[in-house]
Order: sequence, then structure tokens, then C-alpha cells
Amino acid sequence: MKGFRRLLYPYAVWVGAFIVVPMLLVMIYAFTTSGNSVLTFRLTLANFARFFSDSIFISVLWRSLKLAFITTVICIFLGYPVAYAISRLKPGSQAMMVLLVTIPMWINMLVRTYAWRGILLETNLSPEAKVYIGMVYNFLPFMILEIYTSLSKMDPNLLVAANDLGCDNRKAFLKVTLPLSVPGIISGITLVFLPAVSSFFIPKLLGGGSFVLVGNLIENYFVTTGDWNFGAAISLIMTIVVLLSMRLTKHFDYSQED
Amino acid sequence: MKQNKQWGSKLIIALALIFFYLPIIYVVIFSFNSSRSLSNFTGFSLQWYKKMFENRTMMESIYYSTAIALIATAVSTVVGTIAAIGLSKSNRVIKEYVTQANNLSMLNPDIVTAIGLMLFFSSLHVPFGFGTLLLAHIIFCIPYVMLSVSPKLRQLDDNIAEAALDLGCTPVQALTKVIIPQIKEAIVSGALIAFTMSFDDFVISYFVTGPGVNNISTYVYSSVKRINPSVNALSTIIILAITIVLVVMNVVPLVRERRRKKNEKMA
Repeated sequence: MKGFRRLLYPYAVWVGAFIVVPMLLVMIYAFTTSGNSVLTFRLTLANFARFFSDSIFISVLWRSLKLAFITTVICIFLGYPVAYAISRLKPGSQAMMVLLVTIPMWINMLVRTYAWRGILLETNLSPEAKVYIGMVYNFLPFMILEIYTSLSKMDPNLLVAANDLGCDNRKAFLKVTLPLSVPGIISGITLVFLPAVSSFFIPKLLGGGSFVLVGNLIENYFVTTGDWNFGAAISLIMTIVVLLSMRLTKHFDYSQED
Repeated sequence: MKQNKQWGSKLIIALALIFFYLPIIYVVIFSFNSSRSLSNFTGFSLQWYKKMFENRTMMESIYYSTAIALIATAVSTVVGTIAAIGLSKSNRVIKEYVTQANNLSMLNPDIVTAIGLMLFFSSLHVPFGFGTLLLAHIIFCIPYVMLSVSPKLRQLDDNIAEAALDLGCTPVQALTKVIIPQIKEAIVSGALIAFTMSFDDFVISYFVTGPGVNNISTYVYSSVKRINPSVNALSTIIILAITIVLVVMNVVPLVRERRRKKNEKMA
């Protein structure tokens, strides 16, 4: 049986080459400037200084975080009632509704976002509003499914007990159902906030280029201007900010459990 | 009161489903439009389908998306399953290292994984194209397969494989005749996740593909600068294909289950 552990060795090498090394490369690029060869590079903080000394870059990062945050909040407030409503249906219809919520997720994300273009093209909505619609549309199913999963695991007897102990329905919901569904909300937040911060094709497709996010900045430096070092620094800053905010959410999750 | 609540629930679900399906229906309808307009339906025509079939880049993008998703799924399912089996028997250090690296790959924003691979391929002077695209898809699919297979492996009783070895199985036989049959379902669901991740991917593909090699995502992205109603036709075909696959996958087990129950009743 111990012999089976050897099956992991090739993949351990693979992971080093294709996951760890590329991440190290991003870091190396972020801490160097162009013109350095791989052998003689000198570490520098110039890229980071450039980012934090320019208010435009800061405002783009701030806008991305705000957009991701508001998208996440909207997804919670729209997704919770839907997930709750599904969890109250008969078991057979529950499975059917989950399937119906899942089907659009299987259709290519670009195709789904493109679909909104036609509808929104002739409306007078601001680019920002259009981007929000696209974001919520793409990420809402994740939130619904996560919250639904945690609600469907709940023992219905708990509500009966709460009622017997004198809670009305509203109080039973606030004291029993809602706290028990917090883990679902938290994993929903992870699935929405994380990709929302770095998304760049939704703003480009629906915002028409006038709504720049940090993802668009990175794309621009890698694809258009070719300043890979600065692009790498921006993505490193974004990753750190995202990881910090996820830490914060996790912390909230644990304090709930205590 | 109870009745009222049911109606409330149904209304909320109905509104959500309208929101989810509105753009999909819209695209399907406008793929049959006789004019270029995306807001006025002027009449029925199949011209955008004809244009789509005549457009080589577009047809190639369907081919590339499908080919890459199929190959990446096959390779990542095999490699991921083998690695997950190895992982379940490994000691703490290597286990922790591989798990953390996999998490890094799954939790990192897509765009960071994408530029990492782009820098990696370009440092090695690998020409960007089908090869880099396929390799990148295999790389990001494997962790998802392992994520799906590993929990199932943890539930397995080690003694069964041990017994197989004692009874004269070679390790390979123990693997193929004892372990893999027990985790078959998890492998299938891992493969499905891999296929969707690959077929749905845009960000990583966008950064690692080369000139002349577009999958559906990168094609749609590059063609939205001008209005191109053939994209509606392309979308409709994808929607149709995926709906058929999903319905078959979900309805076949239901029918089988019903038939099984019927047989049980008759017996």
C-alpha cells in the first residue's frame, strides 16, 4: 500500500514546474524592471512605487474592490430569498429548480455576457449599471447554490422546536435558519467576490471600455503596452488585497462559530 | 397562510428564472433576425447561421474549444486520479506541499494564473498556440479532479486493497480492480468539472493562446468590437448542445430509477 505513494511523485514535480515556478516568475517580474536579463536582475520596488504614487491606479483598484463588494452584497440579498424559496419546495421540485439555476452556468461565460449586450445596447443605462447587471447575472447562481446547499442540510425539526419554545416564524428565521446558513453565505462570498475583483471581460463587453477595472489594467500592460513588469506588480498587489479581504471574511466565519 | 407562502416562493423563483433565461432566449430569437439589428426583430432568416458556417475562424473556434476540452478532460482525469491516489497514501510534508500548490492554483485570481503561465512559456521560448493552450488547460483542470476524487479516497477502507494484495493481486490490479471501481462516481464528477472549467475558460486561454488559435471564448471577445450577429447563431448552437447534454444526463438517471422502482414493484 505504501508503494502507492510513489504515484504522487511525478505530479509533485509537475506542480513545482507548472504552478510554483509561474507564480515565482510573477513575483520576479514584479520586483524587477525591464531590460534585466534573468541572470543579472536587480530587485527594485520601482513598480510598486509607481502604482502607489499615481492616484489613477489607486482609484482603479478602489473601484474594482467597490464593484466586487457591491456585486457580492446584491448577490446575497437577491440570492438568499431565491435559495430559501427553493428549499421550501417539495424535494422533487427542489432538484428541478437547482437544475434550472445550473443550466445557464454551463453556457460559456463570454456567451452569456455577450447575450446581455443586445438587450442593454439600446437602453440609456450608464456603463456602470450595465456592468453591475452583467456581474450579478454571472455570479448570482453561485450564491444561490451555496446558500441553498446550507439551507437544505438544516434539520426541519429545529424550526418545530423553535416554534414550540415560543418563537414566531420571524424570530425562528432570525435565530435559527439565518445563523445556520452563514457558512453557505460565506462560501458564496468566496465564489463571488474573488472572481469579481479581477474580472475584466464583463466591464469591457458591457461597459464599452469606459469602465476600467484592475483586471483591464493588467490586460492592458500585458497585451497592449507590453510592460510585463508593471503588469506583474499590479497583479501581485491585487492578489494580496484579495487574500487579505478573504482572510477578513474567514475571520468573520470563525467568530460566528465561537 | 401555507398556500400564500407557496405562492410567494414560486413567484420569487419565477422572477429569478426569468432573469437567468431572458438573455439566453433573447440571443436565440435574434440569431434568426433578418437584419443586423440587435434590438429590432425585422423578420425570420437563417442568414446568420449560413454566415457562421462560412466563417472559418468561427468554425475553428468551436473545433478548438471542443478538442481542447475533450483532451484536457481525458488527461487531467487520468493524471488527477493517479495523483490523488498517491496523495492519499503520502506522508505529511509532500501532501501539504501538493495540496497547497493545488489550492494556490484554484484560489488565485484567474488572471494571475494566466500571466504566470504566459511568463513561464515565454521565458522558455515556447511558441504560443495550440500546445500552450492545451497544456495550460490540463494544468488548471487537474486540481479540480483531485478535489473531487480525494474526499472519496479518504472514506475508503484501506483493508480492502490490502486484502487484494494479500490474495495475490499485483499493485496495478489492486488499483484497477479494487480502488478505482470504488471511486468511479467521484472520477466521473471530476471529469465533468474539468470539462466545464476548460470549455468555459476565457481568461487563461486569452493569455496563453497564440495567433490563429481561438477558442469560443477568445473568439467572442475579439469579435464584439463590431456588431456581428453570427455570434448569436454561434451562441444558440452552444446553448442547444449544452441543454441537450444536460437534459439527457439528468433525465436518463431519473427514467432508469423509475424503471427500477417499477420492476421492484412487479417482482
